[in-house]
Amino acid sequence: MTDPLLSIRGLRKSFGEIEVLKDVDLDVGRGEVVTVIGPSGSGKTTLLRCVNFLESYDAGSIRIDGEEVGFSAPGQRRNERTLARMRAETGMVFQSFNLFPHLTAAENIMLGLRKVRRKSRDEARAIAETWLDRVGLAHKADSLPAELSGGQQQRVGIARAVAMEPKVLLLDEITSALDPELVGEVLEVVRALAAEGMTMLMVTHEIAFARDASSRIVFMADGRIAAEGEPRELLANADDYPRLAAFLARFRASYF
Amino acid sequence: MLEQIVYAIPFLFGGLWVTLVVSALTVGISLVAGVLLGCALIYGALPLRLLVRLFSDTIRGIPILVLLFFVYYGFPAIGIDFDAFWAAVTALTLFKTAQVIEYLRGAVQSIPRGQTEAGMAIGLTFAERLRYVIFPQALRRFLPPWINGVTDAVKGSALVSLLGVTDLMHSINQVIGRTYEALPLYILGAFIYFVINYSLSALSRRLERRFSFMQA
Ligand SMILES: Nc1ncnc2c1ncn2[C@@H]1O[C@H](COP(=O)(O)OP(=O)(O)OP(=O)(O)O)[C@@H](O)[C@H]1O
Ligand SMILES: [Mg+2]
Repeated sequence: MTDPLLSIRGLRKSFGEIEVLKDVDLDVGRGEVVTVIGPSGSGKTTLLRCVNFLESYDAGSIRIDGEEVGFSAPGQRRNERTLARMRAETGMVFQSFNLFPHLTAAENIMLGLRKVRRKSRDEARAIAETWLDRVGLAHKADSLPAELSGGQQQRVGIARAVAMEPKVLLLDEITSALDPELVGEVLEVVRALAAEGMTMLMVTHEIAFARDASSRIVFMADGRIAAEGEPRELLANADDYPRLAAFLARFRASYF
Repeated sequence: MLEQIVYAIPFLFGGLWVTLVVSALTVGISLVAGVLLGCALIYGALPLRLLVRLFSDTIRGIPILVLLFFVYYGFPAIGIDFDAFWAAVTALTLFKTAQVIEYLRGAVQSIPRGQTEAGMAIGLTFAERLRYVIFPQALRRFLPPWINGVTDAVKGSALVSLLGVTDLMHSINQVIGRTYEALPLYILGAFIYFVINYSLSALSRRLERRFSFMQA
């Protein structure tokens, strides 16, 4: 296998006294879709946030395309400008959308294109429209987030992230704030991106979706990766891992 | 009474002008200083934050009249010498700056953390996040109290007459000193202050409407 696009080694992270990530190793290859599942508080969100350095980490390394994310040397935090440039290489879609409420759907997508990617207004607008069309929202380009449904807002959130052409897309429970009937339209967009070879690291409680859309499932418990494997295989052999089996027991009904 | 008012008007223009200049200087300088110090209070290193907090709390804890005399008599004692006009502007500006700091802090901190993170995630730098994400949203919360504060500044500027600065209030008192007709002139003075502040309030309501399209 060629070098992984995202490579996490010996990652440790504490909040005060509590160690939330305890020696996490994880590789995500180019075009791979890796889904992290696990009980609440196991450190899934923290792991994702470390990858684009929304959260600093205490030890270990995170490399994207061979480049260390948050530090220029051990203990040497990168400066604000370099961090910003590196964050632009990873896209993030948030559970609570976090669209900019004062900007229209198109403007939400254009902001990063204009200020970070230095595109002209027309170019940025064209890219924004292309992506809005891809997520089925061409007609909502000039709507403010407040005028969109949750599912529509989240599709704009995805468009905003992918329009920057990130190397890796991070998705943290992006459907869990949505009414059940809106979940499908958002997952459909993710499925299409996966099919096109977008590299993704995502956290979800939609086990059936994880099984169908990902190349690998990683099960986290207590800040460690407790099991991982090809989705169907892992789910079929869940009984080999007591904690995974216990976790999945809650979902049985939904993915069988 | 109308006659006395008509007689007085020409004598008030100079004072009105001084009132407007004092108010404008106070509002303008305090806006810039307050926004900068407010950012320091929110984003600065700990010592800087403590310093701004101390400044704001101290100033807001002193009656503005005391602050006015303190600047007028106290600053020359430590070698900073200025005339009554600039002493008045300085005192009012210090007072207003402390207010602006608090308005800014309140407005910025009302923006959810997720907005900053969304800005970070698309690769905006700190300054870009402030400019394109945080400030435009904070503006909506900042404006109403701030514009109210502008009318306060106009009203508060009347205090400078106590230092002998010939503002609107002081010119009214001067005319009264010559004519011994207090009531008509105070009515006129109240009316002029009211017209200025009513215009400002009307402007503020228009601005608020303009920004109200955004979700909370
Ligand atoms: N900013 C923070 N300060 C202190 N503790 C935190 C912070 N963020 C997370 N934690 C703690 O770290 C642990 C892991 O949190 P994390 O959000 O990564 O879990 P998670 O696996 O995403 O859980 P969930 O499924 O509920 O989203 C939890 O115990 C949480 O309380
Ligand atoms: Mg989480």
